[in-house]
Amino acid sequence: MTKIGNHFFDIGYMDTLASGDSPLHRLDPRVKLITTLAFIVTVVSFDKYALSELIPFFIFPIFQISLGGLPTGYLLRKVLMISPFAALIAIFNPLMDREILLQIGSISVSGGWVSFFSILTRFLLTVTAALLLIAATGFNTVCTALARLGVPRPFVVQLMFLYRYIFVLTDEASRMVRAISLRSFHSGGMSFKTFVPMMGHLLLRTLDRAQRIHLAMLCRGFDGRICIVRSMKIGYNEVVFAIGWSVLFVILRCYNIPKMLGALVIGFFG
Amino acid sequence: MHMADALISPAVGGAMWAVTAGLIGYSSNKVKKELDDRKVPLMGVLGAFIFAAQMINFTIPATGSSGHLGGGMILAILLGPHAAFLTMASVLTIQALFFADGGLLALGCNIFNLGFFPCFVAYPFIYKKIVGDEPTQGRIMIGALIAAIVGLQIGAFCVVLQTFFSGISELPFGTFVLLMQPIHFGIGLVEGFATAAVVIFVWRARPEILSSAAMSMTIGGLSIRRVLIGLLATAIFTGVALSWFASTHPDGLEWSMFKTAGTEELEQPEHGVHASLAHIQEKTAFLPDYSFKTKTPEHEAEEQPSWPAVDPGTSLSGLVGSALTLFVALLIGLALRRRRGTKA
Repeated sequence: MTKIGNHFFDIGYMDTLASGDSPLHRLDPRVKLITTLAFIVTVVSFDKYALSELIPFFIFPIFQISLGGLPTGYLLRKVLMISPFAALIAIFNPLMDREILLQIGSISVSGGWVSFFSILTRFLLTVTAALLLIAATGFNTVCTALARLGVPRPFVVQLMFLYRYIFVLTDEASRMVRAISLRSFHSGGMSFKTFVPMMGHLLLRTLDRAQRIHLAMLCRGFDGRICIVRSMKIGYNEVVFAIGWSVLFVILRCYNIPKMLGALVIGFFG
Repeated sequence: MHMADALISPAVGGAMWAVTAGLIGYSSNKVKKELDDRKVPLMGVLGAFIFAAQMINFTIPATGSSGHLGGGMILAILLGPHAAFLTMASVLTIQALFFADGGLLALGCNIFNLGFFPCFVAYPFIYKKIVGDEPTQGRIMIGALIAAIVGLQIGAFCVVLQTFFSGISELPFGTFVLLMQPIHFGIGLVEGFATAAVVIFVWRARPEILSSAAMSMTIGGLSIRRVLIGLLATAIFTGVALSWFASTHPDGLEWSMFKTAGTEELEQPEHGVHASLAHIQEKTAFLPDYSFKTKTPEHEAEEQPSWPAVDPGTSLSGLVGSALTLFVALLIGLALRRRRGTKA
């Protein structure tokens, strides 16, 4: 599949996941959004050498994946695909910071490696949190949650329109790319000379399409205001979810549970 | 390829989010006030166009690598700065949510780096000034090139600043700058050429598009200085407010000093030139300890560092405990899945 085709499939698949039914899917989107943001901020607030403190935070994505019945393999693959960039920046840490920080038996680990793995762990946690938000909630629902939470209306409307027309335009663009590749003989990529007229034509078609859409909206009674109607309820489940997770995040931020657990176990056996 | 959450501290991320949120509010206000409601579907569809365009690569002749259109400049030319900023912000939001291209906390930084500079700085002050009201092929080419290069250079520099002030990555400032700026000069060159070529194509095919776009935009109402002052104030306020998030743990140098000499910092002499200069520095340094940290030496001596120190016992317990915790978390996950299975 071409790159465009892959992206098309990706967005569509996330949308399919979001339309599932599970206790997680049924929660109010505002609560899920706020809890995810709290999660990300807490994870990011650790200092650069925090590693064991970050491990308990995996319970949040694991909980969501299990409760929502979401595909772990698919999500992990997506995370892996973008990890090279973070790893590229993070790899400088072991090179720069060589002070010994850990000593396990005879192996000494430098601070740089600790912070390297800390960055990777943070990356894994924050990225899965963002992906799970969409996979369990759906983009349009997240947008309505944003509107309810006070994000300016023009921006939310823009997000919803963009989402709607991404499918249309990536379809059109992929058809054009396929047509060009079928009619060209050299196996390399597209040349600049071919790219410009193609992009120009795509842009012209886009502008015409926007015109047609506007006329269609006028025909259906558009008067400049967009109304977003969706019933959302904050119930018992939502309050328990939000408060429970927030309290857990605060506890995990303040106390290093793994170290306590480890000390307990070693004390027990040693 | 945008900034990731893993490399950002809450102070920097929060400050940039405050700035971006202010900009989104400001742009939304301006867009709402515009009486042209053709803009609503146009913004959405053009955003989708940019999204699709970013996926189409062309080969760059001399190098053998491929480039693609960024989009900020084309959006600004066709929509005007405010609408273009909102559109760019929406494209980046979808990239962050669906493709995890850039984290949610870093989204504020990314929208600022990739949206503010092309739309509010490069477009009005460079492109508009060069092209003016009478576009010609040459002027469009030069305007787009310079605007794209400058916009990307400033944006890339901001990425370096944000990563540096977060203090998570050890990449030294100088190296990072030397890495980022030349690369983004090349990217800016490619973007400028691609933007100019597409705009020239559209202008040749349908010149009325460019002229009607230029006419419907009121650049006069843009008071950039006030916006910039507001942004600076917001950033500083949020940075200070969120500094309590920052870690109280000593950094590498102070840690090693503590381990060798027993104190985090050298003893200051009580009298003399040293003392008076130190006194002055204390009073004038508004970012003490360099990166939003507000710790003092006494606090470090008392506080028990909660990460493993060079003490075999604690390191081992940290490892064992982490493995156990992960195992427990996975067990909980499995249990939940099985419960869901039997219920359904």
